[in-house]
Amino acid sequence: MAMFTRAPKAEPILGQNRVVHHLLSLLTWIIGLLFFFPLFWLTLNGFKEESVANGDPVLFFDPTLDRFSEVTEANAGLLSFAEAFGNSFWIVLASTALAMVLAVPAAYALAIRPMRKWRDVLFFFISTKFLPIVGIIMPIWIIARDLNLLGTRTVLIVLYTAMNLPLAVWMLRSFFAEVPKELIEAAQIDGCSLMGQIRQVILPIVAPGLAATALLCVIFAWNEFFFAVQLNPTGASTIPVWVNSQQKFQGQFLAGLSAASVLATLPVVIAGWFAQKRMIRGLAMGAIK
Amino acid sequence: MAEVRYEAASRIYPGSEIPAVNKLDLDISNGELLVLVGPSGSGKSTALRMLAGLETVNEGSIHINDVDVTLKPPQDRDIAMVFQNYALYPSMTVGENMGFALKQAKVPKEERAAQVREAARILDLEPYLDRKPKNLSGGQRQRVAMGRAIVRSPQVFLMDEPLSNLDAKLRVQTRTELADLQARLGTTMVYVTHDQVEAMTMGHRVAVLKDGILQQVASPRELYRRPKNRFVAGFIGSPAMNLLDVDRTDGQFRIAGTTIELTDEMKAAASAVEGTTFGVGVRPEHLKFTSDGSGMAGEVVVVEALGSESFLHVKVQHEGRDELLVVHEAGDTDFGRGDNVTIAVTGPVHVFAPDGDSV
Repeated sequence: MAMFTRAPKAEPILGQNRVVHHLLSLLTWIIGLLFFFPLFWLTLNGFKEESVANGDPVLFFDPTLDRFSEVTEANAGLLSFAEAFGNSFWIVLASTALAMVLAVPAAYALAIRPMRKWRDVLFFFISTKFLPIVGIIMPIWIIARDLNLLGTRTVLIVLYTAMNLPLAVWMLRSFFAEVPKELIEAAQIDGCSLMGQIRQVILPIVAPGLAATALLCVIFAWNEFFFAVQLNPTGASTIPVWVNSQQKFQGQFLAGLSAASVLATLPVVIAGWFAQKRMIRGLAMGAIK
Repeated sequence: MAEVRYEAASRIYPGSEIPAVNKLDLDISNGELLVLVGPSGSGKSTALRMLAGLETVNEGSIHINDVDVTLKPPQDRDIAMVFQNYALYPSMTVGENMGFALKQAKVPKEERAAQVREAARILDLEPYLDRKPKNLSGGQRQRVAMGRAIVRSPQVFLMDEPLSNLDAKLRVQTRTELADLQARLGTTMVYVTHDQVEAMTMGHRVAVLKDGILQQVASPRELYRRPKNRFVAGFIGSPAMNLLDVDRTDGQFRIAGTTIELTDEMKAAASAVEGTTFGVGVRPEHLKFTSDGSGMAGEVVVVEALGSESFLHVKVQHEGRDELLVVHEAGDTDFGRGDNVTIAVTGPVHVFAPDGDSV
């Protein structure tokens, strides 16, 4: 994801540190470009004819939007782009909202009124991420089947909420811990109720952190593929599954697949672009005092 | 308007054996400005926070206007507190900060605005009502914190080192403004500071704490003149009182070989106390250089010239060891480093028994 922040004008660096400094700058650029290149190539491929995309790599060609219109055309019996986008949108929105609503009180409790053994509780949250998902997909599938949830949006909303909750609790806890204790005490003395303290005093302070956390939840939920393809391979499935369906068993599909991937990436890039300022502030909160 | 009473109030932090505040008994009368002073870790802030309801009272009780508030939450005590770092709500404007408590109390909007404006007028904050705290200077933030407290017309003001984040000049200025404001409003105020100058200049009475135990509570003048024990004697006064360990020989106390004259009462009181090593204290302004060579002999090692007055540190030989005595002199003193001088005692002497209590 592209994220830039304008650095203050660098101070002149003296002596031999200068060489090291320039070498590090160069290295940073190289690593940055290495990360960017696949996205760049992907985007380029999306505008090519299949024959060009599958031939020798070329930088200059006649760009076309045909691949984009092809992949977004609805095909009878298959998951269409519009359906998948709609599913993804609602699933991501609902799961992120749920995760945040559940994580805020948990983070408040852990950061501001820690109970006994709160570290163990925190560890428990993150320990749920240790298990490889592939190891538990069978019981999840059986439970989903027995509850008649296979092929529904609901099952993905529940799973994505659960998947993002540990991360959201951890991140929000660290943001909440940054809120000066005296502010909460001042609010208490000013006669503020517990909910009032959270709503009127704490949440406005941790807003950048909330935004950063929510954005990460959105990104993880948007990109999730494994649950979606296992539990929802058809009607109610999401954008990653739709991208996957662009792989054909015959013929050339590289350019089409690239175009689909670009479409799948775009919302996240756009969201990240708009949120980058808040997000950087959120992620850097705590580091800057 | 309120009276505050601590009755054997103790706070023992979880996991600690020693109470942070140990059986504090303190009566604060209506309209009084009482200062709690002590070194860090003396329990002065804890005592204040107990009154605020932010700290559990493990033993004893606290009363405001004869109402036992020991178990009441902060919001039910009708108090206002100013924190060391001001604790202004960063997302609210100055006006919203000041009106926050009224808003919680469901005061109608117009009435709220009027009260906020009135407080802002008193504190010269009117031009800043729409600003956010981050766009204010330290002194302005401090005033907003004050404003937030006075808007509510509470029973008691609680101040937790409210001036310690200001620079020296502003601190002195704000100190007088604050004392004046308290006098005009007539509201009982409990003020915590580690700065004994602040305590002496502001407090109607000053309570000195050490290790969670109340050492003495008295008017600033009384504290200065008649400290109850060696700790108070050393803590109150700047520069500090000259306090030396002196062995009693033949019923006499000698500093640097010179016998210190005591009043008859003190002689009688001291002779009633067992022990040999006493503490003898003389304030710097009660020492002066003699011109006839009588008194304690010493050598000037440091001259602190403050302009209007000077403090000279004099090294003397006392009971076989080097001790420093601080002598108060006029601003235009002629003495300098290396001068050999003799010192006489001109004022009251304080004698402390081996257990530290004043005799």
